[in-house]
Amino acid sequence: MHPDSAIPMIEFRDVSYRVASTSVLSRLNLQVQSGETLVLLGRSGSGKTTSLKLVNRLLAPTSGEIRVKGVSNAEGDVIRLRRSIGYVIQDVGLFPHFTVERNIGLVPRIEGWPEERVRARVLELMQMVGLSPELRRRRPHELSGGQRQRVGVARALAADPEILLMDEPFGALDPLTRDELQREFILLRQRLHKTVVFVTHDLREALRLGSRIALMEAGRLVTVADPREFLRSADPLAAAYVRAFGDGLESAANRGTA
Amino acid sequence: MNVFRFIWQNHGQVLELTLEHLRLVGFSTLLAMLIGIPLGIAIAHRPGFNKPVLASANIIQTIPSLALFGFLLPVPWLGERVDRLAILALTLYALLPIIRSTYTGIRGVDPAVVEAGRGMGLTESQLLFQVELPLALSVILSGVRVAVVISVGLATIAAAIGAGGLGEFIFRGLAMVDDRVILAGAIPAALLALVADFGVGWLERLLQPR
Repeated sequence: MHPDSAIPMIEFRDVSYRVASTSVLSRLNLQVQSGETLVLLGRSGSGKTTSLKLVNRLLAPTSGEIRVKGVSNAEGDVIRLRRSIGYVIQDVGLFPHFTVERNIGLVPRIEGWPEERVRARVLELMQMVGLSPELRRRRPHELSGGQRQRVGVARALAADPEILLMDEPFGALDPLTRDELQREFILLRQRLHKTVVFVTHDLREALRLGSRIALMEAGRLVTVADPREFLRSADPLAAAYVRAFGDGLESAANRGTA
Repeated sequence: MNVFRFIWQNHGQVLELTLEHLRLVGFSTLLAMLIGIPLGIAIAHRPGFNKPVLASANIIQTIPSLALFGFLLPVPWLGERVDRLAILALTLYALLPIIRSTYTGIRGVDPAVVEAGRGMGLTESQLLFQVELPLALSVILSGVRVAVVISVGLATIAAAIGAGGLGEFIFRGLAMVDDRVILAGAIPAALLALVADFGVGWLERLLQPR
């Protein structure tokens, strides 16, 4: 066991989130342990992206609290909190007017790292995510979808955060590129030992990447299970997911925990 | 051509009035940018304020320019120096295109990009200066371009209250019923508008984020 495992890296304590009178998330209780990849699985509108944004306080809960490393994330400086958490989203959100190099080096730069260290870090990260160094002067629109997503991951890792939040990062990619990036993600995670919260609606991806899967529906947490348990789950919704995705899921689950 | 001979014979005065004209347009555009861009940013960030602000700027725009110059004449500090007054009036007219384009430009920045920046821990001012403004710049400049072209035309009316500029020739020509004199004001003013339009347009393309 990891020594930090006594205190969860992220903890949702009775968290609800409402917009006007509509409940988006109700009474979520969930712990994410250090070093694990927790996948939030669910349809659109199930509250998974909302849960993610509550962690880095892009949203503030209506009630309840979110603890990051044992401390409520409402305490202290929200800017510091966000810089200590990597964030990757589906549309990547790369700055279109910045080169690859400036995109990746953004947080280290605003954190005041010396220029040389930033440049070295950018090259290190580009290599880590499989981007050729010649690409560093390109703008995002001159890259392929897969390359852009790699830049997004590199940017999130730039200041070496302990936590990574990933909101359907591979959702918009073609199947081959997605497969490639998923495989690299598994390797990367083994090397870096990050705590990851990963949002997806794709069960196959969840089984492959998650150490545990939290299934959400209509703002509620339905069940939490590791990939093998999930496949055998007695929960009707989990079973419905498994049926919908059909064959070949066992192998996905086995690869995910390999 | 009679007109060009007239302009050549009076080139000293044409040049002087052109510079005066430029001064009126330049100062008023600068002032309108100093007021309009921050205002446009503010209403883009606080959507509740966009309607009243844009409506006010719109109403100003509908006041006939000659009337506005006249209205402002009795105002104490302004009335003493008509060039101040002319600059203020021109500033008011330039506000609408600048506020509107700033508002549109900032609102047009992809929300995913802004949210990604916020999620990465950019402060609100870092978001504004490193993300929103650079991405909105070409749209903002298109508003400045419209404002400048409007101002060059409107500034000719400033001569009616004695604030100088190329309008002097136009009004003098009208009084003398002499086309040459009118055109000695109108041609340089038109050229000025074209040059300004081209210049800001060039800047706009230069700064376009690709």
